[in-house]
Amino acid sequence: MNRPMITIDGNEAAARVAHKVNEVIAIYPITPSSGMGELADEFSARGQTNIWGTIPHVMEMQSEGGASGAVHGALQTGALTTTFTASQGLLLMIPNMFKIAGELTSTVFHVSARSVATHALSIFGDHSDVMAARTTGFAMLASGSVQEVQDFALIATAASLEARVPFVHFFDGFRTSHEVNKITAIGDEEIRAMIPEAAVIAHRQRGLDPDRPCVRGTAQNPDVFFQARETVNPFYEACPGIVQQTMDRFAELTGRSYRLFDYYGAPDAERVIVLMGSGAQAAEETAAHLAATGEKVGVVVVRLYRPFSPAALLAALPRSTRVIATLDRTKEPGAVGEPLYQDVATTMLEASGRGRLPLDQTPLVVGGRYGLSSKEFTPQMIKGVFDELAAEQPKNHFTVGIVDDVTHSSIEVDADFEIPREKMVQALFYGLGSDGTVGANKNSVKIIGEGSENYAQGYFVYDSKKAGAVTVSHLRFGAEPIRSTYLLESADFIGCHQWVFLERFDLLEKARPGATFLLNSPYSPSETWGHLQRIHQQRIIDKQLKVYVIDAYKVAEEAGMGARINTIMQTCFFAISGVLPADQAIAKIKDAIRKTYGKKGEAIVEKNFRAVDAALANMHELEVPAEVSSRLELPPVVPEHAPDFVKRVTAEIIAGRGDQLPVSALPVDGTFPAGTSQYEKRNIALSIPVWDPQVCTQCGKCSLICPHAAIRQKVYEPALLEGAPEAFKSVDYRGKEFPGARFTIQVAPEDCTGCELCVHVCPAKNRAEPRLKAINMHPQIPLREQEAANFEFFLELPEADRRTVKTNTVKGSQLLQPLFEYSGACSGCGETPYVKLLSQLFGDRAVIANATGCSSIYGGNLPTTPWTVNRDGRGPAWSNSLFEDNAEFGLGFRLTLDKQREFARELVVELAGEIGEDLAEAIVKADESSEEGIIAQRERVEALIARLRRMDSDLARRLLSVCHALMHRSIWIVGGDGWAYDIGYGGLDHVLASGRNVNVLVLDTEVYSNTGGQMSKATPLGAIAKFAAAGKPVGKKDLGMMGIAYSNVYVAQVAMGANDSQTVKAFLEAESYDGPSLILAYSHCIAHGINMGMATDSHKRAVKSGHWPLYRFDPRREREGLNPLQLDSRKPTIPIAEYMGAESRFKMLQKIDPARSRHLTELAQKQVAERWARYEYLAGRDFEPVKVGK
Amino acid sequence: MDLTTQYMGLELRSPLVPSSSPLTRHLDSLRALEEMGAGAVVLYSLFEEQIEFEGMQLDHFLEYGSESTAEAISYYPAPGDFARGPEEYLELIQQAKQALEIPVIASLNGASPGGWTDYARKIAQAGADALELNIYFLPTDPQQPLGEVEGTYVDLTREVVQAVEIPVAVKMHPFLTSVPIMARRLADAGAQGLSLFNRFYEPDIDPEQLEVITDLQLSTPADARLPLRWIGILHGRVAADLAATGGVHSGRDAVKMLMAGARVVHLCSALLERGVPHLRRVLDDLSAWLEENEYASVRETIGTMSQKCCPDPTAFERANYIKVLQSYE
Repeated sequence: MNRPMITIDGNEAAARVAHKVNEVIAIYPITPSSGMGELADEFSARGQTNIWGTIPHVMEMQSEGGASGAVHGALQTGALTTTFTASQGLLLMIPNMFKIAGELTSTVFHVSARSVATHALSIFGDHSDVMAARTTGFAMLASGSVQEVQDFALIATAASLEARVPFVHFFDGFRTSHEVNKITAIGDEEIRAMIPEAAVIAHRQRGLDPDRPCVRGTAQNPDVFFQARETVNPFYEACPGIVQQTMDRFAELTGRSYRLFDYYGAPDAERVIVLMGSGAQAAEETAAHLAATGEKVGVVVVRLYRPFSPAALLAALPRSTRVIATLDRTKEPGAVGEPLYQDVATTMLEASGRGRLPLDQTPLVVGGRYGLSSKEFTPQMIKGVFDELAAEQPKNHFTVGIVDDVTHSSIEVDADFEIPREKMVQALFYGLGSDGTVGANKNSVKIIGEGSENYAQGYFVYDSKKAGAVTVSHLRFGAEPIRSTYLLESADFIGCHQWVFLERFDLLEKARPGATFLLNSPYSPSETWGHLQRIHQQRIIDKQLKVYVIDAYKVAEEAGMGARINTIMQTCFFAISGVLPADQAIAKIKDAIRKTYGKKGEAIVEKNFRAVDAALANMHELEVPAEVSSRLELPPVVPEHAPDFVKRVTAEIIAGRGDQLPVSALPVDGTFPAGTSQYEKRNIALSIPVWDPQVCTQCGKCSLICPHAAIRQKVYEPALLEGAPEAFKSVDYRGKEFPGARFTIQVAPEDCTGCELCVHVCPAKNRAEPRLKAINMHPQIPLREQEAANFEFFLELPEADRRTVKTNTVKGSQLLQPLFEYSGACSGCGETPYVKLLSQLFGDRAVIANATGCSSIYGGNLPTTPWTVNRDGRGPAWSNSLFEDNAEFGLGFRLTLDKQREFARELVVELAGEIGEDLAEAIVKADESSEEGIIAQRERVEALIARLRRMDSDLARRLLSVCHALMHRSIWIVGGDGWAYDIGYGGLDHVLASGRNVNVLVLDTEVYSNTGGQMSKATPLGAIAKFAAAGKPVGKKDLGMMGIAYSNVYVAQVAMGANDSQTVKAFLEAESYDGPSLILAYSHCIAHGINMGMATDSHKRAVKSGHWPLYRFDPRREREGLNPLQLDSRKPTIPIAEYMGAESRFKMLQKIDPARSRHLTELAQKQVAERWARYEYLAGRDFEPVKVGK
Repeated sequence: MDLTTQYMGLELRSPLVPSSSPLTRHLDSLRALEEMGAGAVVLYSLFEEQIEFEGMQLDHFLEYGSESTAEAISYYPAPGDFARGPEEYLELIQQAKQALEIPVIASLNGASPGGWTDYARKIAQAGADALELNIYFLPTDPQQPLGEVEGTYVDLTREVVQAVEIPVAVKMHPFLTSVPIMARRLADAGAQGLSLFNRFYEPDIDPEQLEVITDLQLSTPADARLPLRWIGILHGRVAADLAATGGVHSGRDAVKMLMAGARVVHLCSALLERGVPHLRRVLDDLSAWLEENEYASVRETIGTMSQKCCPDPTAFERANYIKVLQSYE
């Protein structure tokens, strides 16, 4: 039978099968599993049916807790139901999983296994999540490759139906979920043949039905609970057998045979590794190679991890097994060993204790940890494990793949070991997220995988920044299936799609001798060599590389492709890599172009064709000189003046050498120094703003809107200009509060991302040439050095006195130092201007709880973080707990500080005699409602500390430990709409209801931005988002009004781009309100499909159309007999259609379904009008507090 | 009163033909126009460039930011099949054809060389009775050789005429070296109708905001003078039917255009300003005027006051200027 081959990633492999064999799918987005849910939703949206001919219902829930509840409910009423999740998501499902298993319910949860957050969050793959769920009673089936994901998704479902035991089907997050590989597809007929129809009917029959009512979910007492719990034993005893039978049936149908434990390697192996997941592929590949060279080694791959079948494990091991290394991709601190180790060790002990060990000797079992958070797991490491097993006393509880210089758990790896790859082409590509390199490479993998006999694998590594993200694509092509589940160790082809990378990376380190290097160079072939850094020239000569050069940007421009170089670079790759005959490959690229762009019009197709032809015509081989001539060195990663930790640790991570950092280099508890983003100069802007002091009105708007704190303003004494760089610009300050002062707006050239928001908001025009403003974009490179020097000087200038600055104005707020700078947020981000404003107004006194999401990623993702400190060393103290608990987390801060403040005051009173009565009284009665008050109290507390240090008493020491709480602390709870409207809403509601003094900032992008644009309850009516592919049919939840309903919550709705002074006012009012405050901040986002550089226009349209009315609800006004609600925007002046028509998220629906788009637009218009009428009514009342009684 | 006329071989029940505007964008208003006595309708213009641009823009924004971070490989659901092309326009043609009895004239502004003919074919296939080419290349480049723009007009017209079976009209603009030569060349290229003249957005300046404003100023009856002259001059001299565009707000305005030589009179500003029912008033006025002045039909009036037939042909030419001066004496 000729089976169709497809080239897909692991998530798609799972989703295809899951969608075929289920009726209800309840999900919630979480990396790296989101893709499965999204695909299932797309399949249903496209009308694809399951094997029974009906379209599964896909439901996005408000959390994984909610998803598992919906799954449980759907199962209990008899639907074939599934879900997809990972990490914390799986943890939130655990309570329901116990129930589902306890009730012997057939289902499969497909899990792209990911690290559970501990000392840090990590989105990458390991087994800590599934291991946390191993006590639930779910069976656990592990896949190690894309092929297995597809196959086991089906096997798990079939077995679950037969066994009545629910399954977790897991595979490694990213390594498998996101690896693109060529697999044999499974057809509907095979799926049908695998699913036992009788068991499906039985499953339905067990569903709750008032026609045959029953009670399930009783409460039981000590008398029977235990016995009842033991009733399930037969099902678990039968389960492994059922799984094996199912695997056998599958083998008959497909020819792909699996066992509960599969053995690979020498038949007479003495040293055996036991492991599961993607690492097993690498181990299998390595063992096969070693065995072929005569080494007595082998690998047992665990498929069914729960119920664990000792008999099957023993049967899989060669009799000759002498020593076993179990490898766990998880860590269980405090345990005897990790879970798999304990299972295997117990199996040996039990069997040998009873004399039933079918081996020549009782093997020594050692356990090891590997691959946490997608840490590479390579043949060198696997060889290292086999070598360790050869030792007389192999290390137990070892780690492999890291250097543990603290507890010395790590074993040596064999760094020189390499599996020969004669029949494989390996290609490495360095690109930018924005240049389409990954997309083109995915396309290449598909072209080769589906258009030739060759196998193909693609794996893509992204850096942790959202703006200017570097992508590295690892591609393998070969005649045999590719099981190398690790990054390329060496490459036959290296493509560098951006010239700037030459300054940053040792790109050719992995080039094999004689490899091909393709470089996108702005220089001609003859000039290029002269511009290469020494290290690259050296490697090219040493390794005798063939170098091809193309000016892809020029070719793209000439072909009418703008800055899209992906097709051009892809064409060059096919032309010179030899993966496919060039002609054939080019024809296939053109086919792919026609397929992708055909519907978009012949013009676009032609344009791409022209680009393909031009690429071939403009690529030239570089004549490599015999000698290195360059004196250019790679610049230092961080500046010389950077702190020791940054130089020792951060710089290594930035340079891509984090893997080599030993355990001792890292903090023990996840605590990192603040203010490290300043040391990572990324130079990603092609153009930067340049200030024209003569035109400038000094309004502060440019600085306020800058997402990256890369354009700043200062006011200072003229004398300080002495020693300023020649190009440093300065002008008289306009404003009475600093008479005679000078003023400067300065750009941080190496931190600017070039988004142009500042230029767009600049209201000043050059009268001589009105196309120019007070700031204008100019190419960065010629300005870099000069402006970097200017910026350095600028930073040295003193900050303005906060007591003099008019902080309640836009201009004044921008004279305050931003304590959030140069984050990794998207260029033109709509959230960070608010976050930065927060840091300017309150940063030196803020403690911030940050919900997981974009803001926690750009706020806290290594290598460098943006929260920083001022000259006094004060700055925001920031932490991220989870996604779902952020409001409660922040409330916890408040509780501590309130308690400590109370305690400290008690101690101050108690120690007043020793401290000094006056100081004690002043401290206790301090008024900190103004900058003066805050600074005065700080001085008092400093005096207090000085005195306490001189005192030698327990009370004094006690007070010393809590006296910081005597100073004003501003608690901020920051997160996105996914948190506030959905997963964290219950907690947020509770915190608002608590009446405690916390400030909540909701960065409302109206979609789950961080995980890629899934619908939230903040998504507006008619917008297309993931899980709302047909346009969201219901309106946005009015979170503001829900807060207002409490009547004692300060609520403001702001949109910086529409009314920046209202924004500043709202922040100050919220913070000053002694109670809970809620600020809803309109945050434009990439997911809106707009020009990010002109996003403030979106703010204006949102407000003018009534989509986002501006208001402030201040309960304090009530005390003054005023209406607490003030509307800060006018009645809608433009139709909602005008707002919607300007954003792709709405516009897309116009194209897909014009009638529905019209209908939803009309509905949206109606809702806007109604809401405005309600607000107007509320705000228009004369306020008289209700008097009770007569 | 016989109000019928013939335009590009199409029999029209009245000479009043609402021109391409927002009013001819939706089926509801098209129906209303028919009800108010329109002889035909010219649908709003299909702008190839805009369609291409919107498609490209949408693609750009849907892809923007994708494949950049590990957590958000994309930001939108896979769009599947969606209309990026002229589907909406073609659907309107089909719907208009089903809903209306009067002829439906489509209007096209192409952008690419292949685009004009490709879109014209699609429009014809969708059932349009005729096609008006809304061409506007403004010769703004001082380096551009004289006549090049004109050549482009003629070539495009020829290509479209060859590509479709339905009659093709060209909406001309007056910024050409010679209106009569162009008219003749376009007719030679196969244009069966010439609509005089296309009115463009003329820029304005906001002196306080230092901005250039582009908005369409509605026409006034004074604007009728320009087309009136050239229709008068061209009538009987070119092998194409003439249509008047610009400045017709009343029945009397329409009569003048007909007398100058127009077979149909387009209306736009008057309807945008006063609403669709105004069409009926113009038609009634026209009918009443004809009756009052003892004309039996619209056809009788056409071209009677053209340069060829009028009592003072020089009035259409330079002498006009002199006379105006003299009239002040």
